[in-house]
Amino acid sequence: MNHSDAGQAMEPLMFSATNLNAHNRRLQWLFRVLFGLMTLILVIPVGVILTVLVVRGGPAISMEFLFSHPSDGMTAGGIFPALIGTMWLVAVALIASVPVGVAAAVYLSEYAPDNWLTRGINLAIINLAGVPSIVHALFGLGAFVIFAGFGTSILAASLTLAVMTLPVVIVATRESLQAVPLAFREACWNMGATRWQTIRTVVLPNAISGILTGVILEVSRTAGETAPIMFTGAAFFFPFLPLSVFDQTMAMSMHLFVISTAVPGVPDELKYGTALTLITLVLFMNAISITFRSYLRGKKKW
Amino acid sequence: MVEPTPLAIDIRNVSLWYGDFQALFEVDLQVKRGSITALIGPSGCGKSTLLRAVNRINERLGDYVRTTGEIQVLDQSILGDDIELAQLRRHVGMVFQRPNPLPLSVRDNVLFAHRIHRANEKFNKDEEDEIVENALRRVLLWDEVKDRLGRVATGLSLEEQQKLCIARLLPVKPTVILMDEPTSALDPKATAALEELIWELHGDYTILIVTHNMAQAKRVSEETAFMLLGRMVEHGVTEQFFLAPQKQETADYIEGRYG
Repeated sequence: MNHSDAGQAMEPLMFSATNLNAHNRRLQWLFRVLFGLMTLILVIPVGVILTVLVVRGGPAISMEFLFSHPSDGMTAGGIFPALIGTMWLVAVALIASVPVGVAAAVYLSEYAPDNWLTRGINLAIINLAGVPSIVHALFGLGAFVIFAGFGTSILAASLTLAVMTLPVVIVATRESLQAVPLAFREACWNMGATRWQTIRTVVLPNAISGILTGVILEVSRTAGETAPIMFTGAAFFFPFLPLSVFDQTMAMSMHLFVISTAVPGVPDELKYGTALTLITLVLFMNAISITFRSYLRGKKKW
Repeated sequence: MVEPTPLAIDIRNVSLWYGDFQALFEVDLQVKRGSITALIGPSGCGKSTLLRAVNRINERLGDYVRTTGEIQVLDQSILGDDIELAQLRRHVGMVFQRPNPLPLSVRDNVLFAHRIHRANEKFNKDEEDEIVENALRRVLLWDEVKDRLGRVATGLSLEEQQKLCIARLLPVKPTVILMDEPTSALDPKATAALEELIWELHGDYTILIVTHNMAQAKRVSEETAFMLLGRMVEHGVTEQFFLAPQKQETADYIEGRYG
């Protein structure tokens, strides 16, 4: 009897929810909320950092702050030498690392056979990216400052930064090269083009947006690093503008570290203002990178 | 002058391995100069591999690919170590399943092979214009694209793209054009247009075409060769081949018992 009851009750309910459906729906809702909350937690620090910096550092920002030297034992004045120094460091690091990184990525993506050597190189790149920056700093001190005899200078600091950020350029370039469809390469090879002709006429022009994105990412990374330049080229206080790559220099990140931890009596406004300038610089670079990438992507058609 | 050779492609006793896997077993195939030969057979039978052996594009996979036997194009062996692959591929062009024009302008696509094969000479714009027009006229595309020569070729319709892929081979005067299922990405109307073009091109060019579609082999080829599991089963004049196949496997395949 139960049996037939159940059978009759089931018929009209063929497409309505069962207990199992309802249970699955609750479970799915629960996970959705859980993952959403995790995402929110991720975003909170970004919001807080930016808000605090803008609120507390904003009033310090002025033309005078940006374009004057620190004074009164760094408890007053501006950040001009550090701003210029950071630009020097970034520029020299780029000049050193971009050609090497792009060339290495082209080799790895377009020429290298799949063998133990290539796999070893790829592993080395991943490991290079994982080396702590303070270790890079000590390496730079040993290799560039002492062994190569550059002394503590922009050159030594930039080369250290270049070594540290090479993996960023290599990985970004390699990925954008590999995003170029194989069909284009096959078309070229089948017309008798060499690998280099293929790379020059088809692969590189189509990968350029990705490569530039990598370069700009590297810029923002380079601008923010402190440890690698501490022993290699950044000065505690150097109230002149550097004239050549063999000079020492101040740098934004180092300056922020110094006025926050080593110099007594610096007004908070100054520290927050410096931090705000640094992060604005980095975010600005990132924004350029994103804009540029979406512009070039929009132009692509395949 | 030497008489033109009757054979454009002469494949004898060719075996090919991908690593340990043998894809071709002692294959023989003779293709007459100026003819259209269709290669048919079920998936994985080695027809594309055989096609790709003729311009040695298989070898870009490295030492992993090993070929034995003899392949001649216009009576010249192409398997030796001293063969310049760039020259081989200039004489033996290839058209792919999916149209793959380069992401350059229509004009630059047509001139691509021409330019890489004469990189040291000065370009002459009038000469290049003429080459572009001739090549595009030859593939029945000129009227459609003559006002769009500066546009990126990847924006053309698939039919136009595939015709362009044929046109870009012509300026370097190939002897043989290999086609690997050239219409399988196209709609029926575009397929008909492309088959018409293929028919139009034979005579001047020797065409070896891989197709999945037996009706296409019937429509477009003069000779048909049937492959199965890496072996050449039967090769004959297309009409005879489909009317009175000599081998049981061929008959079964044609009647659709497998494949």
